[in-house]
Amino acid sequence: MKRKPTRRVAVIGAGLSLFMRRALDTGKELAYYAASQALQTAGIRLKDIQAVVMATAPDAFDGVHMKGEWLLDGAGGVGKPYLRAYVGGGSGVFSIISGWMMVASGVFDLVLVVAEEKMSSCQPHPQGAFLTIFDHIIERPLGPNLLWIFSLEQQRYMAAYGIRNEDIALVSVKNKHNALAHPAAQVAAQLTVKDILDSDVVAWPVHRLMVSPISDGAAAVVLASEQVARRLSDRPIWIQGVGWCLDTSYWGNRDLAYPRYVEKAAWMAYEMAGVTEPRKQIHVAEPYDPFAYKELHHLEGLQLADRGQAPEDLARGRFDRTGELPSCPSGGLMGVGNPIAAAGLMKVCELFWQLRREAGARQVPGNPERGVAQAWGDLMQIGTVAVLGVR
Amino acid sequence: MARTRAKPAIARAQAPPYVPLRGHPLNEEEFRGQVGSTAWAPRLEYAWDAGVAISRFLDGLRQGKIYGVRCRRCGRTVTPPRAFCELDFKPMDEWVELLDTGTINTFSICYVTWDMKPLRVPQIPAVIEIDGTSPRVGFLHLVGGVRGRTVTEIRRQVRAGLPVRAVWKPPAKREGAITDILYFEPVRKRTKK
Repeated sequence: MKRKPTRRVAVIGAGLSLFMRRALDTGKELAYYAASQALQTAGIRLKDIQAVVMATAPDAFDGVHMKGEWLLDGAGGVGKPYLRAYVGGGSGVFSIISGWMMVASGVFDLVLVVAEEKMSSCQPHPQGAFLTIFDHIIERPLGPNLLWIFSLEQQRYMAAYGIRNEDIALVSVKNKHNALAHPAAQVAAQLTVKDILDSDVVAWPVHRLMVSPISDGAAAVVLASEQVARRLSDRPIWIQGVGWCLDTSYWGNRDLAYPRYVEKAAWMAYEMAGVTEPRKQIHVAEPYDPFAYKELHHLEGLQLADRGQAPEDLARGRFDRTGELPSCPSGGLMGVGNPIAAAGLMKVCELFWQLRREAGARQVPGNPERGVAQAWGDLMQIGTVAVLGVR
Repeated sequence: MARTRAKPAIARAQAPPYVPLRGHPLNEEEFRGQVGSTAWAPRLEYAWDAGVAISRFLDGLRQGKIYGVRCRRCGRTVTPPRAFCELDFKPMDEWVELLDTGTINTFSICYVTWDMKPLRVPQIPAVIEIDGTSPRVGFLHLVGGVRGRTVTEIRRQVRAGLPVRAVWKPPAKREGAITDILYFEPVRKRTKK
């Protein structure tokens, strides 16, 4: 990344729905709640929006093929240039990257970015939607499920650096606690490391309370070009850099102990943002935490902790909301919930509120000027990163 | 506990977004009672082609052999085989017969099915680095030949870095599938081959 885009892009509004285990509401209705709230807080109407980006993860959750098109109405995309951004779990942050491209390119001045997920429709369990991510000839006959790959990755991470499960359980404790202050939260709770490790082993080393829940929910943001942002908002939050990267689908051929692709995506975003020393220049982080260990894994990939050292940093409080580098002050996926695409964009919403110092009970201390949001997904394969700042 | 919606009054009053969030949560009972919902079960079947490289890999398994391929450009030897090197974008056509031994790179002990039903006998999936490949190259398979069902019992016998050997189906029962290897079992003494 040598070139810098010349046109700046800001977030000027954000919205959420409740995150729930099961919503009566349809995906369209959830998307509408979040999108309309984002428009309202940006002080604009749908007719001001020139293009719409919609992120939503597998069609198999809804049993609706091409559900991006189906959800169009709820995202406010009727009669407009419309794009579905879809890279599995990475979609939430990829949606804002896609919207950023639309504005940075100079084609549009106001873009609405919506992310929706309704996992609860998929019976008997939405994990069924992931059975088909495995290679149909050399993996599926072995009967794999999604828990396998995460537990394999967590164990590899633990074995490579000598990390204990107690160290990882602390992520669940922190994030579920942080989520107590989040109005959308689905699984906020005050728990101890013992509670986490006393929960059932689903796939050792992963315990039930180290996995994010099944969720329904939506999130949305409004993006604006510099000129328009300055006219519409007194506190726009700037997208300073974006990055994304995918690693090989031959996941048994790479070292699962460290997410190289997240590092590449992070450096792309940091270079664009002029960040040379992430640990000094990033003040608040929202790394992707669908499983407890993933937050630590991603903090390392994002260059915010040394390899294998994130658990130690966590234990000494560095990533607490009041710590040196607050991580997942929202409560993350482990606390707020994990409607997949919406969970990634929820992290961007959190940075928006944190950087505007509007996060209320969740506000990190000091004057955070720059934050990073990251999402991850596919076959443990993609990192999507966005750096946001106050100037 | 984990499913409880937290409602601390103080936090709720001052946390953004400041407008009440919308949504209509259903409980399990309401959902199972089919309140405002309708059901559909899909039925589809697929016939997949194995492709140029994996076809030959599967033929090898039928003969009790694990094949890999080597890239002449980057020198990597990998398995499962592929027709082209995804890094150099050149054909990967130098076939190598690998050993049927390897090392456990990582493993898990899985006590649930995909739809979260408990398993009495856990599955032990693992990434096996196959001997004769480049470092950290392997594939997903299962570990077997292990006594006991608890995490403690199994971890006493299985660990990352452990040497393992393929346990094959009898030749007459092989069908040219990844399951021609029943599982990989711990090697106590590495003498053969």
